Amino acid sequence: MDILKQARDAGTKVDLTKLIDAIPYAKFIGIEVDQKGTEITTVLRFDPKIIGNPVLPALHGGVIGSFLETTAIMQLAYETGGEVLPKPIDLTIDYLRSGKPQDTFARARITKHGRRVANVHVEAWQDEHTKAIAAAHGHFLLKPPEDS
Amino acid sequence: MDEKTIKENIDVLRDVLISHVPFAKAINMQILDAKEREAWMSVPYDEKLIGNPDTGVIHGGVITSALDNVSGVAVQLALPERMAIATLDLRIDYMKPATPKLDLTTHAHCYKVTRNIAFVRGTAYHDDVDDPIATSVGAFMLAANRSMPPADAAEQGLIKKVEG
Repeated sequence: MDILKQARDAGTKVDLTKLIDAIPYAKFIGIEVDQKGTEITTVLRFDPKIIGNPVLPALHGGVIGSFLETTAIMQLAYETGGEVLPKPIDLTIDYLRSGKPQDTFARARITKHGRRVANVHVEAWQDEHTKAIAAAHGHFLLKPPEDS
Repeated sequence: MDEKTIKENIDVLRDVLISHVPFAKAINMQILDAKEREAWMSVPYDEKLIGNPDTGVIHGGVITSALDNVSGVAVQLALPERMAIATLDLRIDYMKPATPKLDLTTHAHCYKVTRNIAFVRGTAYHDDVDDPIATSVGAFMLAANRSMPPADAAEQGLIKKVEG
């Protein structure tokens, strides 16, 4: 991506607000980046369309999964400074509490950063940081093979 | 529900399982086919679902959402009556990127239902189920907003008993 390449060429960190705005699906479900120094928190803005269970009501599990995956990708794009977006290899999501119809926040931590693959852990919460509504861990491919 | 009944009721299922789920509507998810314990659903390609603007490939989260939803529908089709279910966990393995401009098809099979939990496998693909974009395995909690497990409720005659 141009945004990633420009940051790499300039030797600076990528502007995550610009990066998230360049990803149509992230905008569609309402993800924003709130960065304070090197601390990156993503925000999933509540919108009635991201509801999965209108009776409770609760956020759609797929949207929460999408949010966790995107948070991992943002953290990786920021820390690794690659020219392309990391590709998910696998993602395991644990749903801990139902997502209430309000804003959700998430933070990712890179557990292991290898040459080609990174292992990332992500947690999402709503009211209290210590009461996660979902957590995920997954592997991401940092650089696609030369022939792809 | 026997297979014929399910086929006859696809329109009803569509109404209950898709039309009432705002996010399924938002990404225009459709039920293609259904039978006992199994469902096939599609997500049409749309530019708003793109995850990589360089390639036009849809976001992994779209696949997660589609697999989560089709898995939930497969669980409903394995239960004697509709009840609230909640995803406990979902693991997705991404085998290859989706092809831009092609619709996504998903299939899920709820292969085991116990007193409290349903287990589901899912696959996302374009045309050939044997050439998957992603596969999933998930566990769902049954009667998620009830205080009584469904098997106990069945024993007390509150709901119809689960067969098999």
